[in-house]
Amino acid sequence: MQEELIKRAVELMEDGTVNRVLGWQKGQFVYDITPAVFTSADELKENFVYNDFCGDNLSKYLKDETEKEGKVLVFLKPCDTYSFNQLLTEYKIHRENVYAIGIECYGKADVELLRRKGIDGILDVKNENGTLKIATIYGDEEVPMMEAMAERCVNCKSKKHVAYDELIGEDGEVLDSNRFDMVEKLEQMSAQERFDFWQGELSRCIRCNACRNVCPACTCEKCVFDNPDSGLYNKAAADSFEEKMFHIIRAYHVAGRCTDCGECSRVCPEHIPLHLLNRKFIKDYNELYGSFMAGAEVGQVSPMVDFTMDNDAEPSIVQKGGAE
Amino acid sequence: MQRIGVFVCHCGTNIAATVDVEAVAEAAKSVPGVVFSADYPYMCSESGQDLVKESVQKYNLTNVVICSCSPRMHEKTFRKAVESIGMNPYMLEIANIREQCSWVHKDKEEGTEKAIMLMKAACAKATLNTPLTPGMLPVTKRALVIGGGIAGMQAALDIAEAGYEVDIVEQKPTIGGKMAQLDKTFPTLDCSSCIVTPKMVDVGQNDKIRILSYSDVEEVKGYIGNFDVKIKRKARYVDEDKCTGCGLCTEKCPMKKVPNEWNLELDTRSCVYIPFAQAVPKVATIDPRYCLKLNKGTCGICSKVCGVGAINYEAKDEIIEEKYGAIVAATGFEIADISRYDEYAYGQSPDVVTSLEYERLMSAAGPFGGHLLRPSDHKEPKKIVFVQCVGSREEESCKGGKEYCSKVCCMYTAKHAILTKDHYPDTDIYVFYIDVRTPGKLFDEFYRRAVEQYGVHYIKGAVGKVTPHKETGKLEVQGYDMILNEQMHIDADMVVLAAAVEPSHTARRMATMLTAPMDNNDFFTEAHAKLRPVESATAGVFLAGMCQGPKDIPETVSQASAAAAKVIGVLAKDQLVGNPCIAHPDELMCNGCSQCAGVCPYGAITYVEKEFRMPNRTTKMRRVAQVNEAVCQGCGACTVTCPSGAMDLRGFSNNEIMAEVDALCL
Repeated sequence: MQEELIKRAVELMEDGTVNRVLGWQKGQFVYDITPAVFTSADELKENFVYNDFCGDNLSKYLKDETEKEGKVLVFLKPCDTYSFNQLLTEYKIHRENVYAIGIECYGKADVELLRRKGIDGILDVKNENGTLKIATIYGDEEVPMMEAMAERCVNCKSKKHVAYDELIGEDGEVLDSNRFDMVEKLEQMSAQERFDFWQGELSRCIRCNACRNVCPACTCEKCVFDNPDSGLYNKAAADSFEEKMFHIIRAYHVAGRCTDCGECSRVCPEHIPLHLLNRKFIKDYNELYGSFMAGAEVGQVSPMVDFTMDNDAEPSIVQKGGAE
Repeated sequence: MQRIGVFVCHCGTNIAATVDVEAVAEAAKSVPGVVFSADYPYMCSESGQDLVKESVQKYNLTNVVICSCSPRMHEKTFRKAVESIGMNPYMLEIANIREQCSWVHKDKEEGTEKAIMLMKAACAKATLNTPLTPGMLPVTKRALVIGGGIAGMQAALDIAEAGYEVDIVEQKPTIGGKMAQLDKTFPTLDCSSCIVTPKMVDVGQNDKIRILSYSDVEEVKGYIGNFDVKIKRKARYVDEDKCTGCGLCTEKCPMKKVPNEWNLELDTRSCVYIPFAQAVPKVATIDPRYCLKLNKGTCGICSKVCGVGAINYEAKDEIIEEKYGAIVAATGFEIADISRYDEYAYGQSPDVVTSLEYERLMSAAGPFGGHLLRPSDHKEPKKIVFVQCVGSREEESCKGGKEYCSKVCCMYTAKHAILTKDHYPDTDIYVFYIDVRTPGKLFDEFYRRAVEQYGVHYIKGAVGKVTPHKETGKLEVQGYDMILNEQMHIDADMVVLAAAVEPSHTARRMATMLTAPMDNNDFFTEAHAKLRPVESATAGVFLAGMCQGPKDIPETVSQASAAAAKVIGVLAKDQLVGNPCIAHPDELMCNGCSQCAGVCPYGAITYVEKEFRMPNRTTKMRRVAQVNEAVCQGCGACTVTCPSGAMDLRGFSNNEIMAEVDALCL
């Protein structure tokens, strides 16, 4: 797959379709991958990588990249295409400046899950027919891919590419996933249990802002948390209330725009399951206003900011007598 | 530094009885920024206003906080007062310590504590208030009247009388409304069509009035003085300009079995039809549901017989766009669906009719030419039972009835009884009622005539069951006489049900388009129940007739004339003072996501590409929001939608609101 992507990228650069490539770059370790822009075939051949650890959603980088001269090539996994559409909906990407190649994806690995199995000092990981052959400084290990797969991939919402100029590999279908199971569990908790759960999770927050910085929905010119006039400006949580406030406000800000790409939880150095906040909103939307998937189409309007004459004057939540 | 003056009103005992007003004034003295405070029995009185004005001058106040009634009452009064001495009126803040405090509390200690909190919140906001200047808006000097019944016609005539152009949009092929369907009117018993048809003719002949019949309002955009309205002119397949109303097509049309809405489907009409002889405009309309030519491509007789070539089978619905300065909603009413009341056998026997159907049976232009006959066997009924309050004055949980009184039923039933007894003195008439309500000029006298002079049997009680007997053709009415406490059995020939009235089914759609509030029953809500009874809360939208609540003809006509006076008040101005409390975007923060444009109910937000200076002498094109200040109504939907906080509302900025909240909570 990696070779195929490089070959196609070089072709597109050579025929002048694009002048650079947004992709994934090798890091110090096999699992340590960063997004990068490649401007030559040599760079691509040397540093471009596509493996089980290429979880990064590249859509957000298009906001800045498509403002530059010339066309940029981007590789999008199915879930990334939803973010891509949502950004187009919000006028954040100049569509004419991007050439999007949809690539198939069967789920990405989470190195944390390997570490939790006591596998440390990882030198190399190879996927052979669904089994990860792991070389470590302590010897070789074998783990089935399913056991190392990130939660967001186990509960994959869609294998369908909702946007692309060209496809490499197979296109799939929207899936019936179990992604709301944990939300349901939280809903069934008592208020105190739920509070304790979130207190436990959010109290670990170190306000590194990684979740915000990686989030494709967080594309404001100036974030309210960076704006001294907003009344919400702070760099670090002063008390336990503020650490919750930051995440709750963030969840509200991306509500109806979040495509559930799961990047927030992936990048959190404290492993806070932030995606659960967003999924709770998505679940509520689906139940109160009918099924809605942000990014499924360009130009979609989220139910929270939608009102047309075709709708009944009252939202269904009023007729149903409010949320539980 | 702000210098705030706080003025606490007693409102007689309205406030002072449950709020220690002196304590509120005293507490104000320790609020940051407050340099003067006072209490006074009636702050809105001239001497009260003078106290405010003198204090502003004496203490060099920059802001004024009035603790009094709702700003809906006297905000204008006080704004004008401070403006008269050169202060910007938007530097004034009202703390509502009456409706939101003294009237809802009994305990004086609690009431005082809350009044102090509200005063502090108002001071916190006042500190951040900035001077605002309203813009001026132009006025389109034309009015739109929605609905061509008696309310709409009267409003249109009065507006036209003042010299302004009016369009009436009527969904039916003719104006006239329900009044044209009535036989006589209470309590004078004058012929309804004899008094309504001259009005229709007046409307038709008035060169300031344009009737857009067989049309629907499709879209309303804009605001007072400047409404942009899309009107759908439904295809009537007859050229209105060419048709002379001769009626030849209606005679020759072979499709004669179309249920006749004009007679409430008690008889039939032709497919190409003129609703009734005095219809205005007197123009034929082809009913596309039944026309053989339109549905099967056959027939075409009407086109052949039409001497002026007015028939056009190719006609299409047409959307026209018009501008208006003011709108009168006169969408009227319908008779509520009573088919769910099985016990009255409506729908099971043709001889159980609604009161409006009874009007048509009695009318000279009705299905039997004014001869009262039973629909089933066309025989004269000898015993008639009237049932009052069918679907009115009933809990909604009980079969979805209306909780309100339909107001006109008591009087029209007395009218039906009198007219029936007058024409057919040997008829026995029973009226089952809960109460007989006759508050109106000559109303009770009229009802007494029915009882005393005509011998109508009024029975306080209820009808439990109506059973149609096919063999005898009788309707067995089981009732209960509450006064005698006994069951009654009446073998009636006809049963007439005084069905509830309800707002037109188009009203909710119309209210949504007009952004005009409605109540739970879908009646339009007036801006103030006592003092602004003909205005909607939406500026520039006025109300007339049954769409605002049950009322009889004289009340409807009065309200229509009042609404017309209000419309004329708007149209007579060359410019209207705008509202300065509107949204404005911070372009440096706006990220162009366009969510605000989606939620704006007025279409006030557009987007432009704008060049911005960036670091290192570079520039960048960015998409940013722009608010049309004339269109924005200051609802604030955009400000809460904007994720960046780039959109803010003048006079109610996020910071001002947060300062109020902080003052209350911290």
